[in-house]
Amino acid sequence: MEKQATREAYGKALVELGKVHDNIVVLDADLSKSTKTADFAREFPDRFINAGIAEQDMIGMASGLAAAGKVVFASSFAMFAVGRAFEQVRNSVAYAHLDVKVCATHAGITVGEDGGSHQSVEDIALMRSVPDMRVIVPADGVSTRKAVFKLYETEGPAYLRLGRPSVPVIYDENVDFEVGKGIELRNGKDATLIACGIMVDKALQAAKILEKNGINVAVVDMHTIKPIDKELIVKKARETGAILTLEEHSIIGGLGSAVCEVVAENYLVPVLRLGINDIFGQSGKPDELMEYYGLSVDHIVQKVHELLKKK
Amino acid sequence: MKEINDSSVALVAEKARIMRRDIVTMLGEAGSGHTGGSLSAADIVACLYFWEMNIDPDKPRWEDRDRFVLSKGHAAPVLYAALAEKGFFPREELMGLRKLGSPLQGHPDRKKLAGVEASTGSLGQGISWSVGMGLAGKMDKKNFRVYALLGDGELQEGIVWEAAMAAAHYKLDNLVAFVDNNGLQIDGRVDEVMSPLPIPDKFRAFGWEVLEIDGHDCRQIMEALNQARTIKGKPTAVIARTIKGKGCSFMENRAEWHGTAPNKEQVEKALSELEA
Ligand SMILES: Cc1ncc(C[n+]2csc(CCOP(=O)(O)OP(=O)(O)O)c2C)c(N)n1
Ligand SMILES: [Mg+2]
Repeated sequence: MEKQATREAYGKALVELGKVHDNIVVLDADLSKSTKTADFAREFPDRFINAGIAEQDMIGMASGLAAAGKVVFASSFAMFAVGRAFEQVRNSVAYAHLDVKVCATHAGITVGEDGGSHQSVEDIALMRSVPDMRVIVPADGVSTRKAVFKLYETEGPAYLRLGRPSVPVIYDENVDFEVGKGIELRNGKDATLIACGIMVDKALQAAKILEKNGINVAVVDMHTIKPIDKELIVKKARETGAILTLEEHSIIGGLGSAVCEVVAENYLVPVLRLGINDIFGQSGKPDELMEYYGLSVDHIVQKVHELLKKK
Repeated sequence: MKEINDSSVALVAEKARIMRRDIVTMLGEAGSGHTGGSLSAADIVACLYFWEMNIDPDKPRWEDRDRFVLSKGHAAPVLYAALAEKGFFPREELMGLRKLGSPLQGHPDRKKLAGVEASTGSLGQGISWSVGMGLAGKMDKKNFRVYALLGDGELQEGIVWEAAMAAAHYKLDNLVAFVDNNGLQIDGRVDEVMSPLPIPDKFRAFGWEVLEIDGHDCRQIMEALNQARTIKGKPTAVIARTIKGKGCSFMENRAEWHGTAPNKEQVEKALSELEA
């Protein structure tokens, strides 16, 4: 199976865009080799700005550049782009409605060995709570590239959450990727798995295992957490009567919360949230951590059984 | 004020050599981590743990202890090497570095390991912790001292200068901040990525006493520590010229060794260069 890290796809997409549009400026904060903005820096050194280890200043500068007419992509690790610079993103970027795309890599526990200080499990929650902010968590390299292009085309602030490890390629180039529209990857009548990021592939794997036991679950790639695809959630709630959400993020404030809000206000069905259970991460290999924190395919299968009992 | 003589200098230098061997060995075993910046700081950290600081491994939370804050938290291996050598935990635990369940996290975690004063890893925040500790010492009329270690790239974080302002404002003469001035960060040379130069003038302008030394000369580090004790009414910054990857010829002054662990062969080569 072909694999690619979403951050790799991000770096390549920036170069593609840079070749066509000369109003694109890319910023980084001393992590360009890891975030892959180094690809853009090599091709367009005059349109790349390294802020040094100063994420708050990076976002502040991004705002000034955007106010002067540039389309800005600013990158660091999720912990620092969102965490350290949160208030700059809130007040300088979003409050001012500027064309800054905060594209953060190394989100979640799959950061691995660097440990809990670097594993952002709160960034979706933080970004989702900011008015005017779109929040996108792509599942693979192909959809990451599409997301980067769409973000360029649609003016205004956005948060793109990317990962460190290589992940299976799910889509082909023809995928219809629309910001705010979830993608139905698989039909099923018993329950719906609504996932984002690296959990989409795991949801598909779990669905196959469940099928062997006569359980048919639908799988949705909810790549846009905000604006959330309300219609699709209500439709799946109606069709399948139960929902499991899956994210490499705290169960508080992220995709799970967003889905619960829609379900609670529109069409009540049982929902379970699979994610990081309100605890910090730690050092370890990415796969070990996914197992330890309950995000493996086996955990999903178990959780679906638990969910079906609630129907 | 402690006396500095040939044997005290030699003792500390030997500790630094042992620490460098442990750093390379544990990183080789971990398979990932920050080698260059751990090696550049080894002499400074050795002088603090084996000459300067008043600490007791049997009483890690003793309230009169001196405090060390590794503000450049990615250099965790240098701290772990010092703590193991000092007797805070059995040295076998060094081999758990960065592994699931180990108290030796990729970046220091004070909840998990006795002897770690501050949970660091997010650059810039450790120096603020140090100011807080210095303030607590003054409030409680304690004599303990606080030592912080910063990277030169780390100086680009605005919070470093907010903390520097506060330390001088509150006349924290119980605080010493070392800058591991190895000239490199991840994306290249510090002066090319985002120059924080001139570093000594900046600290002076912020109201600090500034000492400039060779960060691999233990005698100079010890003298600076002695001198800092004589400075009253303001904090001291020790700008230590260092070499990233110091001690392993093939790593020295190479930015690519910032976040790379040595493989088996490289560990062997490094250890042979670090023989007594
Ligand atoms: C707030 C924050 N931003 C980014 C990083 C990622 N990072 C880890 S080490 C490093 C470079 C540090 O350079 P320097 O301070 O010179 O350290 P040294 O050369 O001593 O290793 C960066 C950018 C981080 N740990 N924290
Ligand atoms: Mg440096």
